[in-house]
Amino acid sequence: MNNIKNAILGLLCSVLMMPVAYAGTLDTVKEQGFFNCGVSQGVPGFSNPDENGNWSGIDVDVCRAVSAAIFGDADKVKYVPLTAKERFTALQAGEIDVLSRNTTWTLSRDAQIGLEFAGVNFYDGQGFMVTKDSGITSAMELDGASVCTNLGTTTELNMADFFRANSMAYEPVVFEKADEVVNAYDEGRCDTYTTDKSGLAAQRTKLADPDAHVVLPETISKEPLGPVVREGDGDWADVVRWSLNAMIEAEEFGLTNSNVKTTCAITSNPVVARLCGKEGGTGAGLNLGDSWSYDIVSLVGNYGDVYEKHVGENTPVGLARAGSPNASYKNGGVLYAPPAR
Amino acid sequence: MRPSKFSNFIFNRNVQGTFYQAITLSIVILGVYYIVQNTAENMMARGLASGFHFLGVESQFDIGMTLIEYSPTSTYFDAFIVGLLNTLLVAGIGIFFATIVGFAFGIMRLSSNWLIAKIAETYIEVIRNIPLLLQIFFWYFAVLRALPKPKQSIEFMDSIFLNNRGLFLPDPNFSEGSSVIFYLFWITIVISIFIFIWSKRRQNRTGITFPAFYFSAALIVGVFFASLAATGFPVSFEIPELKGFNFKGGMKLIPELVALTFALSMYTAAFIAEVVRAGIMAVSKGQTEAARSVGLKEGLVLRLIIIPQALRVIVPPLTNQYLNLTKNSSLAAAIAYPDLVLVFAGTALMQTGQAIEIIGMVMGVYLFLSLFTSIIMNLFNRSMRVGER
Repeated sequence: MNNIKNAILGLLCSVLMMPVAYAGTLDTVKEQGFFNCGVSQGVPGFSNPDENGNWSGIDVDVCRAVSAAIFGDADKVKYVPLTAKERFTALQAGEIDVLSRNTTWTLSRDAQIGLEFAGVNFYDGQGFMVTKDSGITSAMELDGASVCTNLGTTTELNMADFFRANSMAYEPVVFEKADEVVNAYDEGRCDTYTTDKSGLAAQRTKLADPDAHVVLPETISKEPLGPVVREGDGDWADVVRWSLNAMIEAEEFGLTNSNVKTTCAITSNPVVARLCGKEGGTGAGLNLGDSWSYDIVSLVGNYGDVYEKHVGENTPVGLARAGSPNASYKNGGVLYAPPAR
Repeated sequence: MRPSKFSNFIFNRNVQGTFYQAITLSIVILGVYYIVQNTAENMMARGLASGFHFLGVESQFDIGMTLIEYSPTSTYFDAFIVGLLNTLLVAGIGIFFATIVGFAFGIMRLSSNWLIAKIAETYIEVIRNIPLLLQIFFWYFAVLRALPKPKQSIEFMDSIFLNNRGLFLPDPNFSEGSSVIFYLFWITIVISIFIFIWSKRRQNRTGITFPAFYFSAALIVGVFFASLAATGFPVSFEIPELKGFNFKGGMKLIPELVALTFALSMYTAAFIAEVVRAGIMAVSKGQTEAARSVGLKEGLVLRLIIIPQALRVIVPPLTNQYLNLTKNSSLAAAIAYPDLVLVFAGTALMQTGQAIEIIGMVMGVYLFLSLFTSIIMNLFNRSMRVGER
């Protein structure tokens, strides 16, 4: 009897005194040998599984870069496909460690939902797609239109703002999953499909006849998309932020996936030497090995490599980089990384 | 050795029972307290907003179908009400049609006509063995694909239009003086109820029957049209018109609503049919034979003898089906019908990030709806019980 009592008391005490704080994500990740990366359920060019279940895209490559920086191996990542609706809860609940799922950085998400944005890997804006034979050439002609879009995105708010600001009427038709939006739009339920322009370009490849549709010129919002981590774990946020920055800076200094080996062997430029992990000991502050940024470029690539491989003009998504905000600041874009030193 | 007072007390069954119940209760309370406390602390630690202040903030998003006035400047609480009403609408219409179709197929399956019985059996076995979500998708995309674009709408009498944006109906506008018609309408309904009570009592007392149903129906319909004519038809209709992309004006039924209610009613009807069949088969054959032997007509045998007894078996499982239908209506999110789950547990949750509060409210709503339905059906069931004299 006494034993049972003690057991119950002991159980109660241990439950009640369970610590609220949790171990640092980086230590946990190093210990378990992989981390969980939240991605979309399939946006070509951003995060999309092939027929063998291998994920690829520029959002996926952010996670691969983080993995390369930590483990010297870009594939220690477990991908968790999430709907827009599930993504933040999954991150808050610890189901994933990084959310890299074309997520827009906004004040309320940063301040209210317990998220920390680790940078921007794609500058986007919301647009509209219509059928060519509708004859529409401008978003200002959309008064009274039925608009198909996704649940749980900034898109819903932007379109409400846009139609309200221009005193136009519309009928929102909001689906939980992107595939149903595409289907319903293809079946003619809506006059227009709205989401981030990159998303439109990507989803257009899924339509029955991609060439019968056109994206209208207007961009109605700013959509800086980037990786997100839980608030309150600065060390982990730093690893993700600098993994992304290293990709951008490597491009700024001409270090590419194909030349990284040879360049690093002969370089005399101190910035490049730091990126190659030969000088400066940049890994120590991040609790990573000194070759972390070298591993990112050699295993994943710099930002330009990744962009051209997944969403560039020679891909089905076909988003021209030159002249867009996603060009490096050296070419008139806004992509600019703080110095990795 | 005689047992002491103390050990008497200790080994008393009631005392022991109370003791263990008290321990269980305190463990449960401590557990709940721990969960609440831990959640609150974790939310604080992760910088999550909490509380219900967001309900008073402007929502800033639009909703495709609203039964009350709503705009992006309305609050999150308004969005909650809009979602709730849309859920109630689907559940209400769904329950209505599921009951009718279900009873029809249940009785058909017992038909002595081989063809009718087999048709009902096929329907029931096919429909209830396919997942509901697939059926919703099927009907939704079937509806969308079958219907033309707004410019090629199917027309009825130049006032009703059907296309892949929905069904557009003329909207009746009641002008001044029409309130009389409504008052008279309600008055005739009240009178009908009294007629029913009176005829029942008179029949119990004297055995003389009175055609209360036909009389009341004639009264309600007759007075309604008579008053319409007397006031000079003070009703005008707003006819929907094709303007730009869509029809404007009039009443509108969106295809999502049609597909969802259709799929929900068809699915639930298959289960209700089986419930009805079970109920009717539970009434022993002797009841029918006895009723016939005292000279009741076939229709009266069914109405007075079989159905009242069958209902006692039918109502409890029927309640289950109603509850299932209400809860299944949350699949609406898959096909863009703006129900409570899509609007509030979807968009509002995403924009505020307050998952615990919002999911709590939505769970509360479904719990309340289910308990409310149960209470109504239990009351109905009680009135159907065997009367003991």
